[in-house]
Amino acid sequence: MRRAHLWIFLGLVILAVFAQVGYAQTPVPTPSDDEVNRIAKQLYCPVCENVPLDVCPTQACNEWRELIRQKLIEGLTEEQIKEYFVLHYGDRVLAEPPRRGLNWVVYILPVVVFLIAVIVTVRVLRSMRKPVSASIVSSSSAEIDEEELKRIEEALKQERE
Amino acid sequence: MNETAVTEPRRLPVWAIVLSLLILLAFLALIGWGLKRSMSGPITVGQKVPEFQMTTFDGESLRSTDFVGKVIVLNFWASWCKPCEQEARELEEAYQYYKDTGKVVFLGLAYVDTEYNSKEYLKKFGITYPNGPDLRTSVSQMFRIRGVPETYIIDQSGKLAYVKIGPFGSTQEIIRVIDPLLSR
Repeated sequence: MRRAHLWIFLGLVILAVFAQVGYAQTPVPTPSDDEVNRIAKQLYCPVCENVPLDVCPTQACNEWRELIRQKLIEGLTEEQIKEYFVLHYGDRVLAEPPRRGLNWVVYILPVVVFLIAVIVTVRVLRSMRKPVSASIVSSSSAEIDEEELKRIEEALKQERE
Repeated sequence: MNETAVTEPRRLPVWAIVLSLLILLAFLALIGWGLKRSMSGPITVGQKVPEFQMTTFDGESLRSTDFVGKVIVLNFWASWCKPCEQEARELEEAYQYYKDTGKVVFLGLAYVDTEYNSKEYLKKFGITYPNGPDLRTSVSQMFRIRGVPETYIIDQSGKLAYVKIGPFGSTQEIIRVIDPLLSR
């Protein structure tokens, strides 16, 4: 009786092991073009000039898209596939430069320039609202007296005669 | 005459001026550095070749400094490159010719290629000397290659001795370049 139990137990263990193997070998569905292109869009053709990989028409690009599909089947994540491309073809294949080293300039510089522009604009606008500067002195000289005007006109007339 | 209120023109604080100047200087330095880098030409014949390393498709790591005292034939190729096929067999023949002397090292670097296609290419042309991908295109950038195929021959003292842009026409052409270096 005991031996029968042992055999049943062993049988169950073997079944469980085979079930696991069967589960592990379940074929991964082939990734669709959309899934491949979602990653390809974030990469650039390593040999063409400024052509995103998802729209690149060359044979080489087609092979790289197939490589993405292959890597997806192998179970690599989007980030891992991008890392694979960077490792093989360099940072230039990335549509967005990685945030490290000198690449930070690309991200920081526009913000710094924008902040400087805001500060300059605010200062210029403030200065436009400021009182007239010290060198300009207002006076009532524009309001020439009527009598004075008559006197000047008389003098001019006499000069002409 | 009436005088209105007199106001002093506002000035930027000193720290803001210094910071702005520093940012400007850093930016200019960065542009200068980039320009210098882009303007520096390729390694020329007679110039010392900086150290480079590669990992073969078999996973072996090789450094150029491991081959001091030997002539290095460094070939850049790609499986998608048709002209590369013209010299593939010739390079292998030249490798076989010098193999037993132990004085010449042949290295191949696949330029922006897929591993599968590269290996198929090597199989197709029966290439047996060490080959590997040019990871991050670092070596091709160092030599500033303009395309593939290109071959750089480095002499025993680590100086660039010969550059071939395009494919070699024959095995003899390769031997004619290497032999004088060996007899130096």
